[in-house]
Formats: sequence, C-alpha cells, structure tokens
Amino acid sequence: MAKITFIQPDGSQQVVEAAPGMTVMESARLNRIAGIEAECGGACACATCHVYVDAAWAETAGKAAAIEEDMLDFAFDVRPESRLSCQIKVTAALDGLVLRVPGKQF
Amino acid sequence: MDTTLSATDAPVMLASAIETDCVIIGAGPVGLFAVFELGLVDIKAHVIDILDKVGGQCSELYPEKPIYDIPALPVVTGQELTDRLMEQIKPFGATFHLRERIDSLVRMADGRFRLETDAQRVFLTKVVVIAAGGGSFTPKRPPLAGIETYEGTSVFYSVRRMDAFADRDVLIVGGGDSALDWTLNLQPIAKSVTLLHRRDEFRGAPHSVDQMRALVADGKVALKIGQVTALHGEAGQLASVTIQTKDATETLAVDRMMPFFGLTMKLGPIANWGIHLDQNLIKVDTSTYETSEPGIYAVGDINTYPGKLKLILSGFHEVALMAQAAHKLINPGKKLLFQYTTSSSSLQKKLGVK
Repeated sequence: MAKITFIQPDGSQQVVEAAPGMTVMESARLNRIAGIEAECGGACACATCHVYVDAAWAETAGKAAAIEEDMLDFAFDVRPESRLSCQIKVTAALDGLVLRVPGKQF
Repeated sequence: MDTTLSATDAPVMLASAIETDCVIIGAGPVGLFAVFELGLVDIKAHVIDILDKVGGQCSELYPEKPIYDIPALPVVTGQELTDRLMEQIKPFGATFHLRERIDSLVRMADGRFRLETDAQRVFLTKVVVIAAGGGSFTPKRPPLAGIETYEGTSVFYSVRRMDAFADRDVLIVGGGDSALDWTLNLQPIAKSVTLLHRRDEFRGAPHSVDQMRALVADGKVALKIGQVTALHGEAGQLASVTIQTKDATETLAVDRMMPFFGLTMKLGPIANWGIHLDQNLIKVDTSTYETSEPGIYAVGDINTYPGKLKLILSGFHEVALMAQAAHKLINPGKKLLFQYTTSSSSLQKKLGVK
C-alpha cells in the first residue's frame, strides 16, 4: 500500500492508503477526498480531478502525457506541477506522495 | 420561476408544433435503446439532444475508450456502441433534433405535454421520456469572481450574432477548435482580437493553427500565453481582465470575452418541471420508470431508486419496462401481447427482417 497525502486549499490534510495498480483519483474518490470530482469517471475527458504534485514528488509522479496535457487545457489555474489524478497510477514508489487539491475545479 | 406542470390554456400554435406520441430527451445509449423498445410496441419517437451528435457521453466523453460490461460485447468503444445502436433502431424511424435543448415542459388541458426547445421548436406529445444522463452538456464557466454578471452581455460561450462582436475588443480564451475558429472568424469584424491560451500549443486543426499564427505574425491577432485571473467592469459591461503570464501580471482592455473550456453536465431546465427529485436525480417507480408525474418517464443515469446502479445495461432494462407502461398510457384498454423478437412474426415485420 502507498500512503498519499491530500492537502486542501484551507491547509487541512487527509492521508489515504492506496493499493498499487489503482489510480490516485480512484483512491481519492474511495476515501471521499473533497475537491476531486472526477466527473467523467477516469476517462481523461473532463479535468475535474486536477491536482498539484508537491515539488519533491514531481519526478517520481512523472509528467503529463500529451492527451493529459490537452485535457489540462480545460482545468482552472493550471501550473507546471498540475496533473490529472486519474492519470497517475499508484505504485510502491509513490508511497508518501503529497498532492494539493486546487481551490476550484471547473 | 416557471414551475410548469399545472394545466394551462396557453395558446398553442398548432401549425408549427410537432404532434407525436413520444419525445425522448437525450440521445445517449439509453435514449437510443428507448427508440427500439418503444418501436416494438408501435410508439414512434422524436429524440432531442443538446449535442451536435448522437451517443451522449459515449461519443462526447469517451468515443475511443473501451467498455467491457455490455452483455455479449466483450469489448466495445463508446463510438462503436453508439453506431451499433443507431443501426439497431433504424427500422423504427425516429426523428432526431440535435443541438437543441428542451427548455420548457407544460401539461396541457387535454393531458398531453407541450415541450419547447431553445430553438423555439414545439412538440405536443402524449409521453415524455427523460434519458438525460448526467444532464445537459453546458459550456464550462471559468470560476472567476463575478463572471455570471457579465454573461450574455460581455461574456459569451457561443456566438448567436456576429455583430455583437463588431468593433469590439475581443478576448478569446482556449486552445481548441472553437477558440481558433472564433479567432479567425471574428478577427475581420472586431476592433481587436486577443487569443489567450495557457501554453503555446494548440489542439485545434493544424491549418487553423497555421492561419492563426499567420495573423499573429501580421500583427492582426495578439497571442498571449497565460490564464485569466480576474474580470473588471460594472453593470455587466466588461472593461478589462487581469491575466497571469509566465512571469508577469498584465491588464488587457477588452469588452468581450469568449471562454472555451469544454463542456460539463448540468441538470438544467428539468429542475423546473415540477418532477420530484432526489439530489438532482429523478425519482421513479421501478415497475414502470414513471416519475411523480404520470406520462413522464425517466431512464438511465438521470433516475434514482433503491439499488440504482448507473450502468448502461441498467438503462437498457429500464427502457423495456418503460415502453410497456407508455404503451398502456397511450392505448388505454388495449391489451399488449408480450412477444419475443426471436419468434414473433409481427415483431420481425417491424424490424424489417421478415
């Protein structure tokens, strides 16, 4: 299992245990993390599971693929550390991952 | 607020109205299969959808994504499922009205319903089947403070009249075909056009991108890489916007803005029709899929009942039962013989296979 910390815009934190193989979005929805809406259910088709990856984890979490970059065009307040959490697969290497939830999803 | 289910004697312009047995709201997979099940019991339908194509979420959100839980199709993409359903319902000759949304629903004195679309198309129908899925696809509204006060006056998500942009300073936000097309179309008539996108890469058609780049090189279109952070103006009149670029905050003097951030699903006008809802879903009786209003049915993702699962296959089951109930309502007193497509010569005739 990998521990993932979600930091809300107000600074509050939730730590979830995610099973390798699932997506970060799925682990967030399973644990009812506020602000991860995932309107399309994980098809990389809506940009409502937008997160900011903590700088220390940028390299391990990896970069957005082309299709994900395209979809990030539909997100609000996109930053260099922006990812769609439905496109991040949980692996053992991501144990300790820290993500920030944006103030607003679209 | 127009809560419109009480009987009304509002004048109806019969000349332009389409009279039918059934109007289906939503052309997603469940709405399409409703055409089939209704067709088997001789109910012809008109189907309305806000999108410019049939298939609903299957074609709008995930045309290429595989679906694995459609019985007997181990794997099928959203688009393929849509295409197959269109083929399956062909014998029943439904009429499709795309790019339209039902804005009002009123029960008339004779018990039928009067529906009107945003394009002023009027239907008079005995039954209404709401197969609206997650709701109506609506342009996404950027979460900028006060944006709603400018909508329809300075901020537009589509172009109804080009002259609303003539001699205006127009800001277009986005990087897809809509943003590029309107940049190209409005440039000749606007006072100025600025295209703003978060990155210097565009998803639109390559030749539109080339045309836009040429206009930028000629100084006819301003291209900015960044994002809008605030709107300024008063009384619905936009005066300027603040944008954040990679290393600066800028103010752009613009009085028209068109944001293109894709579509989201909203319940929309359905909420005003007086039907009992539960958390934005329509409550139904699971033996008929009728709503709290006799003659109005709700099927697929838009409905709710104990044990509901938002699966396409659940919607397929729901429309079969709904069609039986709708037949009873449209043909009171008429007995409906339950038959199988495998063996019934009358059903096979309707399907055009005999």
